[in-house]
Amino acid sequence: MNPIPEEGRKYLEVLLVEDSPGDVLLTREAFRDANTATRLHVTSDGAEAIAFLHREGEHSEAPRPDIILLDLNLPKVDGREVLAHIKQDRSLKSIPTAILSISENPADITKSYQLQANCYIAKPAQWDAFLVLVNCINDFWLKRVKFPARTVASGSWGLPDLGSSKKSG
Amino acid sequence: MKDDGAKGVPIEVLLVEDSPGDVRLTQEAFRDTNSTIRLQVATDGVEAMAMLTHRGVHAKSPRPDLILLDLNLPKMDGREVLAHIKEDESLKTIPTVILTTSEAEADIVKSYQLQANCYLSKPVELDAFENLVKSINDFWLTKAKLPPQNEPA
Repeated sequence: MNPIPEEGRKYLEVLLVEDSPGDVLLTREAFRDANTATRLHVTSDGAEAIAFLHREGEHSEAPRPDIILLDLNLPKVDGREVLAHIKQDRSLKSIPTAILSISENPADITKSYQLQANCYIAKPAQWDAFLVLVNCINDFWLKRVKFPARTVASGSWGLPDLGSSKKSG
Repeated sequence: MKDDGAKGVPIEVLLVEDSPGDVRLTQEAFRDTNSTIRLQVATDGVEAMAMLTHRGVHAKSPRPDLILLDLNLPKMDGREVLAHIKEDESLKTIPTVILTTSEAEADIVKSYQLQANCYLSKPVELDAFENLVKSINDFWLTKAKLPPQNEPA
């Protein structure tokens, strides 16, 4: 398949790191309802997220995400640890990483920004509010924000072969 | 809980921008969008750093809740300002949004490597510019949780 030029990108690769199946379902449906040109990839714990980002094991074909939506409280490797890992890695640090957590604890908010989270979003409990939020994330992050090209940020990331990626949202 | 902008507590935004026209546009767009925003302006990188570190005449400058930073600035470049902010233990938590006319890939990558919180390209058309300011307000000043002003130790 021919490489896709930056301008002609068909959709954005979104990695959601979330252990609650209900929240995964809600996010998937909300992105679908927002009619976004996204492909949502899901990892359900921190260790799997790191494996996905490094294309280890079953994730050898994983695309480089354009944006990561990261929950804080995760099994195996905590979201704070995943965030620290991403932001200390020369190749991964340029991927915008949004914290999406039910916590509104100021300590969690401050800590996340100290670890260089790109933004912190509190997850609402109500479905309507959740939909509004996903729409807002879509409008701002996926329509307005300029992302680094997948190829430039790291030599090891090729442009994704559109046929090879696993699950699409 | 509550949106930071909804209760009348002013939201401090620092705009670092050398073009008087762009300053004016941004001021007007924010005024139309969200009256709780207090926009401070620095017209070069040195002034921005003086405001952020409360030096000289800027001793009483408020700590911004959000920084909008142009890349091409006199005296001290926006990239350098960004690097200073993100290397400073106290300042690094302030969300810093790059707002520039540059769409150069090198600028985008470099900004994210320096830990810009996001990168926005400034549209030339007035309507598009106003829409962009509205979307900054909608996301950063209403949806996102900004770091608390009084940081827990």
